Order: sequence, then C-alpha cells, then structure tokens
Amino acid sequence: MAVIAFYLIAAVVLVSALSVIMARNPVHSVLWLILAFFSSAGLLVLIGAEFLAMLLVVVYVGAVAVLFLFVVMMLDVDFVELKRGTLRYWPFAVLVGIIFAAEIVLASVIGTADMETNFDASPGAETNAEAIGQVMYTQYLLLFQMAGIILLVAMIGAIVLTLRHRPETKRQNIAKQTSRRRSDAYELKDPTPGQGI
Amino acid sequence: MVGLEHYLTVAAALFVIGIFGLFLNRKNVIIILMSIELMLLAVNINLVAFSSFLNDLVGQIFTLFVLTVAAAEAAIGLAILVSFFRNRGTIDVEDVNVMKG
Repeated sequence: MAVIAFYLIAAVVLVSALSVIMARNPVHSVLWLILAFFSSAGLLVLIGAEFLAMLLVVVYVGAVAVLFLFVVMMLDVDFVELKRGTLRYWPFAVLVGIIFAAEIVLASVIGTADMETNFDASPGAETNAEAIGQVMYTQYLLLFQMAGIILLVAMIGAIVLTLRHRPETKRQNIAKQTSRRRSDAYELKDPTPGQGI
Repeated sequence: MVGLEHYLTVAAALFVIGIFGLFLNRKNVIIILMSIELMLLAVNINLVAFSSFLNDLVGQIFTLFVLTVAAAEAAIGLAILVSFFRNRGTIDVEDVNVMKG
C-alpha cells in the first residue's frame, strides 16, 4: 500500500515540477508549484515526518506560493515577449541536466548499496513534532533564534525595497501633530456688535 | 518496499528539473525563482529521508532552517523583482544592466 502511494505521489511531484518549468503562463506555473509542494508533503508523511510535511504546506503553499501568485498577477508583464528565444539554450540545459543526473546516480549507486528500510522519523518520542521540539529548543536554540533574526531581516528588507513615498498622497505627520500647541490652532477675537470680524 | 534509494531518486530528479528550469527560462525571473524553490525542495526531501532513515533528528532540524532561508529568499527576491519592475518596466534578466556588471 505504501509502495503504491509512494510511486503515485512521486509521479505527481515530478510531473508537476516539470510543468512548473514548462508552462507558458506563469500563473499556471505557480499553481503547478503548489501541487508539487503538496505532493512532496505527502512524500514526507509517508516516511513519518508529519511535522515538516505540515510546515511545508503552511510555509510554501500558504506563504511563498501566495507571494509568487501575488507578484505574478500584480506585475503587468508581457510574458509572450519574455518567452521568445528561450529555446536557444536547450542543448546546454540538456547537457547540464545529464551531468547532474549522472553525478547523483553515481553517488547514490556507490553510497547506498547496502541499506535496509526502517524509517523512523521520531526517535525517542511519541510524535514527530514532540521529537523535533525536544531537540530544537535545547540543542539548537541558538540556530532557532538565528532563523528568527533571518526572518526579521528579510521582512524589513522586503519592506524597505518595496516601500515608496508618493509626494501627492496625504500622510499623517506625527511629529507635526504632537508639536501642535493650542496657540497655533485658534485665536480669541472680541468682535464689536454689528460689525463682525 | 520503499527504501532510501527511492527517495534519493525522486529528490535527484526534482533537483535536475530545477536546474533545467533555470536554463529553459533564462529570461523570466519569476520562473527562475520558482526553479530555485524546487531545488531547495529537493534538498529538503533528501535531508528528511536521510534523517528518517538514520533515526537522527538533525536532518529534520536543518530542513526547518532551509525552509526558513528559502522563505526569506523568496520574499527578498520578489521584493527586488517588484522594485526592478517599477524602475524598468520589465523583468527580463538581460535588461538587468544598470550597474554594467
């Protein structure tokens, strides 16, 4: 049963990954990318890494893919023009692909000749998330904090890169607001009756 | 029986597809970024497969950090893309020559 599920999901992963790079419309590419991430989450579930599978769906499908979709739809790009002339490079692409595939196959044939199959993604704990938590918040606490800092820097960087001030829009000037005194706002007049100000 | 080799094969094929995408879509930065995401996904599958197979959690911890960096990279890359598009009106890689590098 697990074997059938594995082959099915693996086929879906590879087909959708191929579709990501082949699709004419970038929106379709992003949708195929979402399918690829979902199916690889399924692959992770099959070997017992449920926590990372969930994280893959939350982070990639929930955040990264939506970000891609947002950017693809926001930018008004002529994708037909971009597509022109890209097939010039395909012999080179095939060559590089064959080299990489050969290297990886060679390494895996040499390296994994005598391995048995006993997957256990959560050693020493009931659930996968518990096992990860026990290690991550003790032994790898510093790395965990650094990951947080990386995310913070990325967030600030993205905001700084895309924020743009338009002079014509009205903005709240807090310094101006707080430095405003009562004497700036109004003055007392003493009009004589029948004359007005 | 599904073994480690099966997972390594899928990850290797995914990685090669990602590299393929880099060459096939040399002009469109969005597809290039997506190809990079595919390659990082392949790396993650490799790490988790080894971690699960060797009963060692470190692989999964590192997958988590790879995931973090991938998310940060996608955010920064797309932000650069948006500001580049604002300035030049295109996302063609061959037009990225303001600094004459």
